[in-house]
Amino acid sequence: MLTAALVIGALLAVAAVWFVARPFLGREPDVLPAEPPPERLALEEERDRALAALKDLEFDHRTGKISDDDYRGLVGDLRRDAAEALKALDRGTPRADARVPD
Amino acid sequence: MPELGRAALVVCFGLALYAVVAGFWGAHTRRRRLSRSAQNALVAAFASTLVASVVLLVALARSDFAFSYVAQHTSRELPMPYKLASFYGGQEGSLLLWLLVLTGYSTAAVLLDRKAGRELVVWVVPVLGVVATFFSMLVVFVASPFHTQLANVDGAGLNSSLQSPYFQIHPPMLYLGYVGLTVPFAFAMGALLSGRTDERWIVATRRWTLAAWMFLGVGQLLGAKWAYEEVGWGGYYAWDPVENAALMPWLAATAFLHSVMVQEKKGMLKVWNMLLVMLAFSLSLFGTFLTRSGVLNSIHSFTESSIGPWFLGFICFVVAASLALLFYRLPMLRAKTKLESLVSREATFLYNNLLLVALCLTILWGVTFPILSEAVRGEAVTVGRPYYNFFFRSFGLPLLLLMGIGPLIAWRRASLSSLKRIFFGPTVFALAVGILLIALGAGSSLPGLIAYTFSAFVAATIVLEFARGTAARRTLSGDSVPRAFTSLIARNRRRYGGYVVHAAIVLLAIGIAGSSAYNTSRSARLGPGQSLKLRDYTLVYRGVTNTRSANAIEERATIDVYRGGSRIAVMHPGKNDYPVEQQVSNEVAIRSDWLTGEDLFLITEQVNGNGTIDFKAIINPLVNMIWLAGLVFVLGSVITLWPDAREEQRLAIRYGRLARAPEPQA
Repeated sequence: MLTAALVIGALLAVAAVWFVARPFLGREPDVLPAEPPPERLALEEERDRALAALKDLEFDHRTGKISDDDYRGLVGDLRRDAAEALKALDRGTPRADARVPD
Repeated sequence: MPELGRAALVVCFGLALYAVVAGFWGAHTRRRRLSRSAQNALVAAFASTLVASVVLLVALARSDFAFSYVAQHTSRELPMPYKLASFYGGQEGSLLLWLLVLTGYSTAAVLLDRKAGRELVVWVVPVLGVVATFFSMLVVFVASPFHTQLANVDGAGLNSSLQSPYFQIHPPMLYLGYVGLTVPFAFAMGALLSGRTDERWIVATRRWTLAAWMFLGVGQLLGAKWAYEEVGWGGYYAWDPVENAALMPWLAATAFLHSVMVQEKKGMLKVWNMLLVMLAFSLSLFGTFLTRSGVLNSIHSFTESSIGPWFLGFICFVVAASLALLFYRLPMLRAKTKLESLVSREATFLYNNLLLVALCLTILWGVTFPILSEAVRGEAVTVGRPYYNFFFRSFGLPLLLLMGIGPLIAWRRASLSSLKRIFFGPTVFALAVGILLIALGAGSSLPGLIAYTFSAFVAATIVLEFARGTAARRTLSGDSVPRAFTSLIARNRRRYGGYVVHAAIVLLAIGIAGSSAYNTSRSARLGPGQSLKLRDYTLVYRGVTNTRSANAIEERATIDVYRGGSRIAVMHPGKNDYPVEQQVSNEVAIRSDWLTGEDLFLITEQVNGNGTIDFKAIINPLVNMIWLAGLVFVLGSVITLWPDAREEQRLAIRYGRLARAPEPQA
């Protein structure tokens, strides 16, 4: 019983070592691929936030949570925010997926 | 084969340690292979822990008393389901379960979130590795479940209060919750370590947090049901430190799940969200420390405990290291936007957070005060139910009200005229319910009356939200009502799943208020044929019988229950005598009325030699709403957790994952 346990334990250890060492046997480049710059991601998040805010406002207006007056007061600001976020993205670096080698 | 179990745990410890060292170095030097190797080490650590767990389970199933753990927590006569559940019946097995669930979660997180952001994930791995190293160190060097001894003829058996079907499900659920909070913590730390404090860590951990929160919530409700049916005092929650240990991280996680929406929508509360994740994880460690270190018995048993000082040291390390990291990255976490109005959706989330955290911290103070007072003054000062009940009402009732207010207020700001219009209907409805309840006699308890009125308000807002949303969807699509309704939920699972969870909290509030503020009880000594009246029930005692089950002598009283002149039930409250464990347990009898939601709860307190019994009868109104709330809570959580293809695609575009080549497999 003891021998069997030791053999199974040794096999477990060997299998673990092989599995952990496996990435070193591959041919992929050993450098982590570059990621989109943080500024770019921040702009993308800003754009999504602005568009989502517009969508929420539309929905809240449609479901009666926001009166027509409030809607008119808010929608202008939100559209401006969204337009600015989109412009900032246009001015920014090219898209991450087109630029970053993998 | 205890040697195999020990070997597997040693391998796990080595792998976890490797994941820490290789993970940190690989992330720091941006070496892909080393980082991937560290990820594989976590996966292999899970496999290794699984082997150790199977060894222990086999030993438990075979009653192999050469394992000290098996001898201490089971007996030959113990039914098989309890033998297997004894896996986590003691300290060593509980720690092994922690490690198993942790490495399982780590494996799943690493495999499923590989693409969440490579720079982020490579830093997540060593953080998970640190936690896995700590727990594997405990089960290898401090509290091994694989200690051996000369095999006894029989074991000491399992504590009688653990011999309940709930024991098979409640602890695993709690562990899935406690341990699951490691994943959001690791991602938060990964974000701070990598300097990538964008929303990817939130996106990657949203479902992990929700799942852990759901398990923790369900685990607590199962624990409450277990206490209700097994402990036999007529209640389901006693503000016991062990119960509080699970409630605190759940409250912190609840606060996080709300405040994270403010970060997603407005880019605010970044530091606060980090703090909440740290708090939730630290409290989950603290909960394990409370239940496992012996500190609750006395400060002396803590210092004598093998794992107590280790745990305390690790909690201090986690808190200090994560706070230091947070301060280091503070400049990256500054919000660009500010709260525009104190009357807005984001403001209500903020109020909700303040109340949740305040409740969490007052409970924490109540739990730690006896420990601190014993350490400082040499005597433990007990913090009793009045303390907890006071703060639970003070913070819980406003929280309940906010649950109705929040969803109706628009983001950014809301005008007074809008508020008047939106809140008019639900307010009138709630006031009408309140007046009706007073007329029906519910005014005897002010907190109960307030809880019901607020619950009516929240329920009205939820119904209104679904109705308005469905109507808006119909206007847009021209669909039928059922189709528009399902489409509404499918298109915004988080929002409407959240409302279903709110409905569950309303049911919970109704159940808690009903059963705690309006319950009735009576105790009596009865001889055969004598009766007791309790409200509209008449209970007639008939006699006592004794039977023998697999591992207990079961003593049961027979009580005929009459209502309105006719016999509606025969109930058998009694006691179980466990000869091996040398323990006696209360076995209560419960009759649920599903129409009214109330329970008739009978306890045999003592069987006397002259054939009489001392027994207690309790009517718990609406208590079944609590268990129903559990089902609705799971439904809402599952709706919220369900993957949303549109959302996934939007995030894939945002993070530039769509046009990428497939990830090479290692």
